[in-house]
Amino acid sequence: MTMPATQCLIRLHQEHHSLEDYQGGVPRWCSGCGDNAILAAIQRVCRDEDLRPEKTMFVSGIGCSSRLPHYMKTYGFHGIHGRAFPVAEGIKMARPDLHVFVNTGDGDCCSIGAAHWIHAIRYNMNMTVMLHDNHVYGLTKKQASPTSPLGLKSNTTPRGSQLAALNPLSVTLGVQNVSFVAQAVDWVPEVMYDIMSAAFRHRGFSFVRIIQRCPEFLPKMFEPWLHDPQKTLLLSHKDGLQISAGLSKTYRNQQEHDPSNIDRAREIASLEDPLPVGILYRNPQVPCYEDLRHPAQMRTPEFIRAGFEAELDKVTVWPDQDAQTQRAA
Amino acid sequence: MNDTLTADSGVGRKTSPTRETKKAVALAEHIVEVISDSGEGAQRCGQSLAAIAARMGNGIWTTEIIPAEIQPPARSVAGASGIRIRMGSRRVTNGGDETDVVVAFNEQVLLGRVQAGELKQGCTILLESMWREHRDPKIVASYAKVVDALANDGYRVCEVPLERECLTLVSDPRRGKNMFVLGMLCNIYSLDLKLGHEQIGRIFGKKDEKVIKSNQQLLDAGWQWAERNLDFKYRIPATRSAEPQIVVNGNTAIALGVLASGMEICAMYPITPATSASHFLSDVFERVGGIVHQAEDEIAACAFAIGASYAGKCAVTISSGPGISLKQEAIGLAVMAEIPLVVVNVQRGGPSTGQPTKVEQGDLLQACFGSHGDAPKVVIAPSSIEDCFYSIITARKIAETFNMVVVVLSDASLATAQQPFPRPRFSEDWLAPPVDQSPVPEGAKPYDWDPVTGLIRRFVPGQPGGMHTLTGLAHDRLSHVAYDPANNEEGLRHRSLKLAALQKTLKTPPVFGDPEGDMLVVGWGSTKGAIEEAVERLRAEGRKVSSLHLQFIQPMPSGIREIMQRFRQVIVVEANWSDSLEDQIIDESNRRYSALAMILRARTLVDIDCWSEARGQPIKPGAICAVVRERMKHGGTQQ
Ligand SMILES: Cc1ncc(C[n+]2csc(CCOP(=O)(O)OP(=O)(O)O)c2C)c(N)n1
Ligand code: SF4
Repeated sequence: MTMPATQCLIRLHQEHHSLEDYQGGVPRWCSGCGDNAILAAIQRVCRDEDLRPEKTMFVSGIGCSSRLPHYMKTYGFHGIHGRAFPVAEGIKMARPDLHVFVNTGDGDCCSIGAAHWIHAIRYNMNMTVMLHDNHVYGLTKKQASPTSPLGLKSNTTPRGSQLAALNPLSVTLGVQNVSFVAQAVDWVPEVMYDIMSAAFRHRGFSFVRIIQRCPEFLPKMFEPWLHDPQKTLLLSHKDGLQISAGLSKTYRNQQEHDPSNIDRAREIASLEDPLPVGILYRNPQVPCYEDLRHPAQMRTPEFIRAGFEAELDKVTVWPDQDAQTQRAA
Repeated sequence: MNDTLTADSGVGRKTSPTRETKKAVALAEHIVEVISDSGEGAQRCGQSLAAIAARMGNGIWTTEIIPAEIQPPARSVAGASGIRIRMGSRRVTNGGDETDVVVAFNEQVLLGRVQAGELKQGCTILLESMWREHRDPKIVASYAKVVDALANDGYRVCEVPLERECLTLVSDPRRGKNMFVLGMLCNIYSLDLKLGHEQIGRIFGKKDEKVIKSNQQLLDAGWQWAERNLDFKYRIPATRSAEPQIVVNGNTAIALGVLASGMEICAMYPITPATSASHFLSDVFERVGGIVHQAEDEIAACAFAIGASYAGKCAVTISSGPGISLKQEAIGLAVMAEIPLVVVNVQRGGPSTGQPTKVEQGDLLQACFGSHGDAPKVVIAPSSIEDCFYSIITARKIAETFNMVVVVLSDASLATAQQPFPRPRFSEDWLAPPVDQSPVPEGAKPYDWDPVTGLIRRFVPGQPGGMHTLTGLAHDRLSHVAYDPANNEEGLRHRSLKLAALQKTLKTPPVFGDPEGDMLVVGWGSTKGAIEEAVERLRAEGRKVSSLHLQFIQPMPSGIREIMQRFRQVIVVEANWSDSLEDQIIDESNRRYSALAMILRARTLVDIDCWSEARGQPIKPGAICAVVRERMKHGGTQQ
């Protein structure tokens, strides 16, 4: 807190971070798990944005995906199932100076934490959210999740799930104050990186749904998309993703989409085949809750004392009338 | 109809025309209540009376009378809404027993209070008489019947033409009656009318001069009417304190405590009877740079507060029973990860939605043992309005020093009761320190538990070199997930040791009365005033009764067992459920003791008896006296 300005400047000059500055323990995910790719992408974002590790915060709930903070060398908060959003909101409210990232699973976010998800969109606090959507509960060993496709056989739905999948993009785009929605797939890391960078740079609640492979429990789930690039629709725009020539060779199914167009974003969100990848919506004008709530004045002890005494004055019985009139004068 | 004044004459039959001769009878204390249908302003009237009496230097304690429904039908027995004010020459510590003087705006709400046994036998009733001339003959008949019955039962019923008198001054008497009544009560209790005028100025301060004037006229008219028509007058001698006093209710005191503790963030979700604390905070907190966050639910409120606390700004979450149940999982996280957190539980009747507006001390066990696994947390219970204020400051301090969850157990009775206490003198020591952003020393670990006290030095985001991932999973000193048996027990041990370390700093609470005797009454929380008053009365009867009140319930200070051993009998008195041995199938082998009795029996191995009541009302000193007398009769020996 009390670092002299000169020292700060020196620090700023000195600090150029490498990937290692963000790499924590060795990830314990299954090999081939899409979470590994998400981790690699976000570590690159941190490095390229040159974030100070001590000012960077990864918050998660519970699930395979929520283990990600342990593999970062920043501050991390691996909390309880479904409550990553409110924890992250409390952190951001108390400390707007921190860069806050949230990692959450489809069970964590869309099931147990669904209420918080809806309201987090509405609060629009400045944080970058990665929804690791593997369409299944990984950590608890293969139960249906809200995003499981209809008919998915799992340990809790041995004869196939009975309900249609919830679409996290449509839901998010349906909530007031939505300000950033994107979709990535773990098997196209280049695009995932670009999307995460854009998400980080957006000031507000940046929601990135990442289709994430769970080879352990759903080894074949995304094969059609892996084998047929035509089943992926890349969204490009001068205000959105710019797609490299190399990538364009493989992914030829592309569409110009202006991320400021929410109606079109909602149409795209409901596409299942081809699967849209890119930035669906961005609106930098939506106010952030922490900005609306933060006091203009520094909270000095004198300031607090003055406010406190003023409140007491309203409810005080003074020993004698004279003293009261004196104070009033 | 001995003492009954008739409305028709407008003037009491028994009142003599020479007013000057009306002598004010000096009283040590009196209990007055003002009751009406909801929305007729009885509470405002009573609160103003209390404020005026407090400014005169009287001791006061107010108790709100809240109907069970939000919009009960008009003129219904269950719809009594209002306030009870106990005024005394000395400091008043509780609501007392039955009412001495009641002002009722209709006979039905009055009947409700009579049936509830809240009125003293033969007490004075000032009753709105407009119903006698009502268009509906059924109402007229009902009114007459109640008046006659009450008079026959020996109550002194004075019919007061409130409506008619107010109509001479205002067009809508429903909005002015309460100030007319305030004037009457000022007269009856010989209170300074000037203070009444000032009080009105305060209430309507934001409105225009005309409103203030008109209400002051009503006040004067009420005073005059009582002066001319009533044949009694009282005086409760008052001594003004040499120190400035503040008059607030418990929830406001809690909110002021939050303000003074330097906490910056309060996360909450509305729930009766806790909400008014957050209302007050929402209004004043932001003026000192604080934030009240109304979360989407209690789980989010608790998690939000935990996030803020973790990030370096100890936060508070305020709720009541059902909301606290929702917070329990997150409370466990704060315990496990050692994040400071202040949780205020303004208890209400339970289980489930229970009795939202009513008092009960039903959450002691969930406060101590709530959340899953072994989740040691600090539990403190304020026992007065003043305590509500200071306990928050203490709670914040303990939470941050020990990195623990501190639960503050208030209740619906403290929440709405008003009692003056010395104006706090602000101290900068109360405030939270600024967020530590200094670099973490080389080699320091986030959970470097002190082997003796279990204390750690927490690393806060922003501190260079302190990066680690906090987790609710079992972890080692580096905050790495660790499931091995030794590590798990190491964490459990150190989190538990912190309670012992705090306990070592606590003083044995003082005994009220002699340090030894025949009966020790033990209580916690809002019952303190009633218990101590009961002890005084019993001692005046020559009984060797004392009491002990616990502020810290977890950890519990040492020396409690030794105190108990100096008494032949020990009884816990609290406002929650316990089985009665009089029930046919209840015996010592299945009897469920009240919450504190259960804890104390386990901790002290003393054969402690208990008596509890969960009627949704503050326990009365008279009720405690009766129980103690009865239990003393049966003797009871104690090892
Ligand atoms: C309150 C609570 N309920 C249930 C669990 C068990 N649980 C842990 S993770 C999880 C679901 C994980 O699925 P998801 O969020 O999709 O994450 P994934 O493991 O697939 O990454 C469940 C049900 C828990 N830890 N806490
Ligand atoms: S179970 Fe699935 S989601 Fe979990 S680590 Fe393995 S592959 Fe990844």
